[in-house]
Amino acid sequence: MSELLAVDNLTVEFPTDRGAAQVLDRISLEIAPGEVVGLVGESGCGKTTLARAILGVLPRSGGRITSGQIRFKGRDLLAEDPRLVNDEIRGRAITFIPQDPWSSWSPLFTVGAQVMDVMKWKSPRRTRAGRLTRRWPALLRGYPRARRRADWQATIDVLRAVHVPEPERALRRLPHEFSGGQRQRLLIALALLPGPDLIIADEPTTALDVTIQAQILRLLRSLVKERGVSVLFTTHDLGTAYEICDRVVVMYAGQEMESAPTAAFFERPAHPYTRRLIESLPTPGEEIRDIPGEVPSLIDPPPGCRFHPRCDYATAECRAARPAARIVDGPHRVRCVHPVGKA
Amino acid sequence: MRAIAALLRSLARDRSALLGLGLILALVLSAVLAPVLATYPGDVFEIHPAKRLLSPGPDHWLGTDRMGSDIYSRLLFGARITILIGVIAVGASLVIGVPVGLVAGHYHSWTSDLLMRVSDIFLAVPQVVLAIAIAQTLGPSLPNVILALSVTYWPWFARLVYAETRSLEKEIFIESTAALGASPWRLIALHVLPNVASPVIVRASIGMGFTILTAAALGFLGLGPPPPTPEWGRTIAESREFLPDAWWYAAAPGLAIFLTVMGFNLLGDGLRDLLDPRIRRSRGIAAGAGVRDE
Amino acid sequence: MSATAPLLEIEALTRHFPVRDAFGRRTDWVRAVDGVTLAVWPGETVGLVGESGCGKSTLGKTVMGIHAPTSGAIRFDGREIGRLPARERRKVARDLQYVYQDPGASLDPRWKIGRSLHEPLVIHTALSRHERDRRVEEILRAVGLPDAHLDLYPHELSGGQQRRVGLGRILMLAPRLVILDEPTSGLDVSVQASVLKLFRRLQATFALTYLFISHDLAVVRAMCRRVAVMYLGVLVEVGDATSLFAAPRHPYTRSLLAAVPRIGGPRVTRDFSLEGEPPNPRDIPTGCRFRTRCPIAEARCASEAPALRLVEDHLVACHLA
Repeated sequence: MSELLAVDNLTVEFPTDRGAAQVLDRISLEIAPGEVVGLVGESGCGKTTLARAILGVLPRSGGRITSGQIRFKGRDLLAEDPRLVNDEIRGRAITFIPQDPWSSWSPLFTVGAQVMDVMKWKSPRRTRAGRLTRRWPALLRGYPRARRRADWQATIDVLRAVHVPEPERALRRLPHEFSGGQRQRLLIALALLPGPDLIIADEPTTALDVTIQAQILRLLRSLVKERGVSVLFTTHDLGTAYEICDRVVVMYAGQEMESAPTAAFFERPAHPYTRRLIESLPTPGEEIRDIPGEVPSLIDPPPGCRFHPRCDYATAECRAARPAARIVDGPHRVRCVHPVGKA
Repeated sequence: MRAIAALLRSLARDRSALLGLGLILALVLSAVLAPVLATYPGDVFEIHPAKRLLSPGPDHWLGTDRMGSDIYSRLLFGARITILIGVIAVGASLVIGVPVGLVAGHYHSWTSDLLMRVSDIFLAVPQVVLAIAIAQTLGPSLPNVILALSVTYWPWFARLVYAETRSLEKEIFIESTAALGASPWRLIALHVLPNVASPVIVRASIGMGFTILTAAALGFLGLGPPPPTPEWGRTIAESREFLPDAWWYAAAPGLAIFLTVMGFNLLGDGLRDLLDPRIRRSRGIAAGAGVRDE
Repeated sequence: MSATAPLLEIEALTRHFPVRDAFGRRTDWVRAVDGVTLAVWPGETVGLVGESGCGKSTLGKTVMGIHAPTSGAIRFDGREIGRLPARERRKVARDLQYVYQDPGASLDPRWKIGRSLHEPLVIHTALSRHERDRRVEEILRAVGLPDAHLDLYPHELSGGQQRRVGLGRILMLAPRLVILDEPTSGLDVSVQASVLKLFRRLQATFALTYLFISHDLAVVRAMCRRVAVMYLGVLVEVGDATSLFAAPRHPYTRSLLAAVPRIGGPRVTRDFSLEGEPPNPRDIPTGCRFRTRCPIAEARCASEAPALRLVEDHLVACHLA
């Protein structure tokens, strides 16, 4: 397998007052090197949980991975020493762009201070990562001057690449002096600086205006293609997925339903849910189509394919067991017993 | 009604709140049933010099005081005074403080500034000191104690209600009901007031404890109702010259005050944990369905 | 437009917010709405689009009376309502209503649904309890909720059900014009579809006129017949939705439309060229407000603010249209 990241039958549960919620149900997903994969779904589908699980930052109060594997560049992330994973992978080989540009920066420190704080540990020039010296506690570890200068220069270069005007001055300013769009660019810079192989972007443009969103999406796509970085891009907005992704995976209630290259996903969707989702986008002059029923509870989810209560084509087979992935056409896969176009 | 039943059920799960409730019920029962529960009901007024300063025993469960009166019985009747002071003082504070807070909170004019500055002045002076000053000026008696306590406690309610009203007025349902055409009076009386009731109840409960403590302090200083009223604070004052030998003389009323105040505090804490998170949680549940929040 | 009179007329409406320093002295103004003229005819759905900070929400709230206008006129059914005394203004609520982005939040959490629904009638009418019950039932049915919900509290309902109750409360008085402020913002696609369907049905049932404020161009394009585009407090283009979306004339409208992803078409981000961010609303450029980001700005644009003028079939505020 030449994939960069492989999520294999991952199941995540969250304990609640009324029982364990099965937030992710045997999810499988692959990302190839240099690929931009969109993870699309409505609220409660689990896309943010999946992103967090890959990063290893599920909330401590809740989510537990109960089964499955996450393989990154051949390494089993769940089996390795967590400290090693934290040092080498998280924030370095896999970085994160959060959704909210406002609350992701501490209001007390300058942007430069916060960026360099990250670079101290996650700079690609840091060579002793992995050799966890336990002799000195983290606070006392030093930041070699030569590396610091190199990191600072690299930061300036990346800031220029994300079109932040006057990078040297920008680094000396506080986060609240920047607009939402600029802060999002800074977050992109922060995600690129460690030289990652994979960036996980969690709805990074949801909070932005549409013209700013267009700028950011364009920037992000050009930067990652330039550097050969893979991106896992979660979003609820189908239009955004269309814009920036090479491949789209759609999720519903903790299960992945369909995965296809972007064009095929939108032109020839095979899963009934995907179809319904695309059809519910408002079109001028036409009747508005919504999806009858409601999103199921994850504490007591429908058996088998979780969409079957709302699906026009559901049969007993759909209830019996979760459908296995079928090939529709090359890389286009669907987990459905009655994919549209064949039934 | 359903809300109150649910409230009591959740309260039952909080053991310290339950303890507090139990203590308060004990206080109330002692006060109400004092004539029945007292072993020497007449001892509120009668004196028996021959039996003075007897230690606790089968005849006098908590001993006798310097006049030979049964401390246990006097304590029970003292509970009546305690409750009376607490209820009237806190009640009066509510009646003054809550409307002041509502009006100051709703209107954004110099009136509200004025009202809040006035309550600030009262808040700047420690309650005990102010109460002492007032009671001292007016003379030691039960009505004066109550007056002194009400006058010093109302600003707490005013300030609380002011803050809650201000923050509540930013809520969308207030703005939308106003947009629907509701008059300011309707808004304040039917929408703001019920929503500020919870913190007010919590503070009233804790305030009871604090007020009773202050009343006892006044009584201790001789500024409370004069003898032979079996007020707890005064009883402690009387006991001073006989300590440490007649230890029961101070311990009994001291323990009574302690348990009463603790009871109100525990109940107040329990109510606070109960009332506020439930409202916030219920709003949170509503916000989660169908709308992306993350 | 037909020969009937407009239901709502806004004329040169402005709403400025004072910026105060720590001592309460006014140091500056935020010119949130800076001279807007717009008319809405009965039965129409007029869309008001713009990005954050353009003033569209403030405009909606000012028309509704939540904010007082700084200057300009608001005429509803021919009657000036912008400067009415409070008690008179409250009566206008019968005909002119406002729906928040989250209508469920407009419900008092301590009141049962039934009581919240009765309230508008209690405030404005002298109907008996029985008559009010009948009206409440009628509205409940119209928004698709069961009678059983009358005895529940808001937090016992789902978000979608709360939204329907909030809408129902607005409809109790049979308003003629409803201002919808970002009604689908933050909603999942399928939920959005349900909400839009509901709006359409209610409009048909109750003969409503909508002023639809939103930043979501796709939704506005599907729902509205006429559209007004707002930028930094002023309208830059107004016209029939189909023609405006097909052939926008103002450079901002063009950029706005160019930024919206179109599924099935070419990737818009490939060629998207508008740079920079909207300027600070406290620091509005002289002349045409859009000139700092406009790809075709000229010298005239800095000295002279363009007025809305008729160019073929749209009203456009641009010297170069």
